[in-house]
Amino acid sequence: MRTLVRFFAFVGLLLALVVSARAAVTAKYRAYGENVLHVYNWGDYIDPALLERFQEETGIRVVYETFDSNEEMLAKLRQGGTSYDVAVPSDYAIQRLIREGLLLPLDHDRLPNLRYIDPRFLDLPFDPGNRYSVPYFWGTLGIAYRPDRVPFEIRSWRDLWSLDLRGQVLLVDGPREVVGIGLQTLGYSLNDADPAHLEEAKALLDTLVPNVKAIVGDEIRVLLAQDEASVGVIWSGDAKSVLEHNPSFEYVIPEEGSNIWFDNFVIPKTARNVEGAYKFINFFLDPEVAAQNAEYVGYATPNREAFALLPEEVTSDERFYPPEEVLRRLEVYLDLGRDAVARYNELFLEFKMHRK
Amino acid sequence: MLGKIRILFWITYGVWLAAFVVLPILLVLYQSLHDVHGRWTLENFFRFFSPVYLRMAGDSLWYAFWITFLSLVVAYPAALALVRLASRDFWLVALILPSWVNLLLKAYAFLGILSEHGPVNALVSLVGLGPVPLLFTDLGFVLVSVYIFIPFMILPIFNAVRAIPAELIDAARDLGASPLQVVRRVIWPLSLPGVRAGVQATFIPALSLFMITRLIAGNRVITLGTAIEQHFLVTGDWGMGSAIAVVLLLLMSASVIFARRSFFAAPVGGE
Repeated sequence: MRTLVRFFAFVGLLLALVVSARAAVTAKYRAYGENVLHVYNWGDYIDPALLERFQEETGIRVVYETFDSNEEMLAKLRQGGTSYDVAVPSDYAIQRLIREGLLLPLDHDRLPNLRYIDPRFLDLPFDPGNRYSVPYFWGTLGIAYRPDRVPFEIRSWRDLWSLDLRGQVLLVDGPREVVGIGLQTLGYSLNDADPAHLEEAKALLDTLVPNVKAIVGDEIRVLLAQDEASVGVIWSGDAKSVLEHNPSFEYVIPEEGSNIWFDNFVIPKTARNVEGAYKFINFFLDPEVAAQNAEYVGYATPNREAFALLPEEVTSDERFYPPEEVLRRLEVYLDLGRDAVARYNELFLEFKMHRK
Repeated sequence: MLGKIRILFWITYGVWLAAFVVLPILLVLYQSLHDVHGRWTLENFFRFFSPVYLRMAGDSLWYAFWITFLSLVVAYPAALALVRLASRDFWLVALILPSWVNLLLKAYAFLGILSEHGPVNALVSLVGLGPVPLLFTDLGFVLVSVYIFIPFMILPIFNAVRAIPAELIDAARDLGASPLQVVRRVIWPLSLPGVRAGVQATFIPALSLFMITRLIAGNRVITLGTAIEQHFLVTGDWGMGSAIAVVLLLLMSASVIFARRSFFAAPVGGE
């Protein structure tokens, strides 16, 4: 009994310490008053120095939260338990959010910096006329590999099936991505929802299993940089960070085509600080800010003026800013509706369970 | 007076149970009987009895069994040794300490430790066995899981062994039992309640591990827990996710009942 009382007394003391420490810290933010902005973004996807600068310039305090998949973000926005003022979903997720009426239409007059965005990245099929979303970054899905460890030059998805790559391939943990590889290898579209084609893609993927070392999430960057595998199917920005840590890697966009994706700013219906949200989005559309952000994040910027400010060796790198003829081969994911999503997921689960 | 207080206690606990145990289970049950469009259906349970999910359930049980068995093999002798140590409190804390570290943190640490160029393989290479694949293998997955569950296995066994009166052991020795016989005839039967508690504290969570399956096993081991996570976060098919959860609940209840009845039955004279 005595020890129990002592234990609770100790916990009480800790609590008092934490509460007072918190009071001291929040006093620093007192200056911002009640002007708080809740931002919901992908992990490690913004330059923290710029967030700091935004807070100083506007006096708005940013509460920043991250997610690591579109699906997780969708689930949270649907629940409506939290009210985010700005979120950054990808193309097909935006399409679905629009369809479900969870976004506020944007007033372009309040985003003067929108004029710096390259028109190629506006008015895309998932959000015609950009009524609900504004481009943040874009990129591709491709193959990162070490030419010094792989006895041939990897050029296509089909090359992943090579006998030389036994147990050497890391895949991203995403149903659209992995099933998509099967579809594109067979020459189908990434947005194919025909059950027969999906089965065919799954059967082909099963034959890839002996080459697959693991199916992983964000940790793919660390694993490749540490030489855990010689080949990885990876997002372009992650590939860039791998290349920076481990220069022996190369990044390829496969010949059959691949996925091109766009992450855009949106303002959810449940936003409480719409004024702040517009300020935030406009701030990150500013060319100088966008350029600094792109340098930090490593993905491709849709901002024409920012692009002009970036160093030559970055913008001339065709792996991360692919030329027009490569772009033509790339497809954007479309929202295929619930039943197709379920089918993709089920096939992906079966693929994971396929015994090597 | 005392009766009134007791009733008050029961009411408090009853409210707690209703709000945080019964209600959530009912909610999961309700969800499991709906499809993605929110219609009443038994479809999810039929889907569970398809080859994919049945194999997943089999895999989950298989891995959970090995994790539990190996944890027991390591934890039982450790608990016996611990009871006899003079500085046992210190060692107990040392053993329990890892369970205070966040699970994800431990998983990421193991990513580095087990990797191809990590310390474990450096050691193995020194002996001249060359790099052994550990990360993304069944073996690595089981080892890391055992590491995680060992504290939960040791504690109840340690407490049970500590509660055995020293006189009993002395008496057994006096009557000519060898040390091995003492363990087999006296300590083991009397420590069974602790073993049972440890096995339950390990087996049930091991059935539904999910983060470790991705980080350490690279999704080469798919447990029911992984499927639940996918259905809730990726497909948005809460019905199917809940149906799996219901089946898991039944499996766990079955394992508890089995543990009560079978070879874990208390020795004559009760617990």
